[in-house]
Amino acid sequence: MPTTSDEVLIARIAKGDRLAMEELYGRYRVPVYRFVLRMVRNPTTAEDLNSDVFLDVWRQAGTFEGRSAVSTWIFSIARFKALNVLQRRPMEELDDEKAGAIEDQADDPEIALTKKDKAAVLRACLLKLTAEHREIVNLVYYQHKSVEEVAGIVGIPEATVKTRMFYARKKLSELLTEQGIERGWP
Amino acid sequence: MNTAKQSEPSEIELLLPWYAAGTLDARESQQVAAALAADPELASRYEWVRAELEQETHVSEAAGEPSGRDVKTLFAKIDALPAQKSRSSIDIGARIAEFLAALSPRTLAWSAMAAALAIVLQAGFLAGFVLKEKSAGGYETASVPANVSGEGSYVLLRFQPQASATDVANFLETNKLSIVGGPSTGGLYRVRVAPTKLAKADLTRIVNTLQDNKVVGFVAVTE
Repeated sequence: MPTTSDEVLIARIAKGDRLAMEELYGRYRVPVYRFVLRMVRNPTTAEDLNSDVFLDVWRQAGTFEGRSAVSTWIFSIARFKALNVLQRRPMEELDDEKAGAIEDQADDPEIALTKKDKAAVLRACLLKLTAEHREIVNLVYYQHKSVEEVAGIVGIPEATVKTRMFYARKKLSELLTEQGIERGWP
Repeated sequence: MNTAKQSEPSEIELLLPWYAAGTLDARESQQVAAALAADPELASRYEWVRAELEQETHVSEAAGEPSGRDVKTLFAKIDALPAQKSRSSIDIGARIAEFLAALSPRTLAWSAMAAALAIVLQAGFLAGFVLKEKSAGGYETASVPANVSGEGSYVLLRFQPQASATDVANFLETNKLSIVGGPSTGGLYRVRVAPTKLAKADLTRIVNTLQDNKVVGFVAVTE
């Protein structure tokens, strides 16, 4: 059975088709939530943002011009909302208590290293990246966005996308080095 | 340590994350594959890229899914958007809105008044039908009778398009007039001017008086 394209769903949503909205939401609800969560690092906030993102999709579907993929458009809305939340925080780093649900997923790098679990150290270091680096790492590695798509979502040139990803990896390498894992450059 | 590489990563090296994610186009993908096959050091670094991808996936999926509260919140918000929901009929709605916006306030008010009067008339006819049915004990047609009140004197009247609803209401009340039919083609209403049958001269005098009123566009005697 052929799947209705995102573009067709958006056109139907623009006409007030709630079923199309439910289908599109079903496709992107989890990926967008995980992307936003990687940025804001608070499940409650991420969930609120998720519904806000798709409310914007519902409201603005009629203005979607198809100059980018629907997914690029949705992720760019999500990114904008997540950045707004981060800017309202006095410091980017989250409150430990609120972030407990996320931080518990990985050991502290030092503890993980003690366990000689390099994968766990790597996970812990990924969580310690800045929002800018977490964002691009998630888009490339987890959301499987191409260079062009990342450029569309983040709003930067493709060359900058490549170098930003490189420096995110370089920072990751530094964090690993701090934990005693020397992997070379970057 | 190769400092030259540190200061300027190659294009191939920059593309390694996308190669691991499988999001390069065919040409770039072939270039990266060839470079990896030819350069063991690059291949070694690529193993770290793959590890990063694997652990980022692990971290993201370990975050779980929204609780379900987001679904309720979203669709509750959507349901709370009144205008948005009729977008399926947006063309008709937009056309009506444009049409109404194009009308002058007075015309719009008069249209509303005319609509209200039509509803009152309809209600009156229905009431009359019920009463007749009761008194006669049998079925009668609900069509408009030739003479609503039996006796009376009537005119055909068209209001000025600029007349407001208030103007029309005041005009009808001041002159003790009742609209009993219409509007017909051309916006003419059948208006009762007296409860009894007046002499033709008296009726003509009333018509002339009504004609002078600013809300009246046309008025003439009718049976």
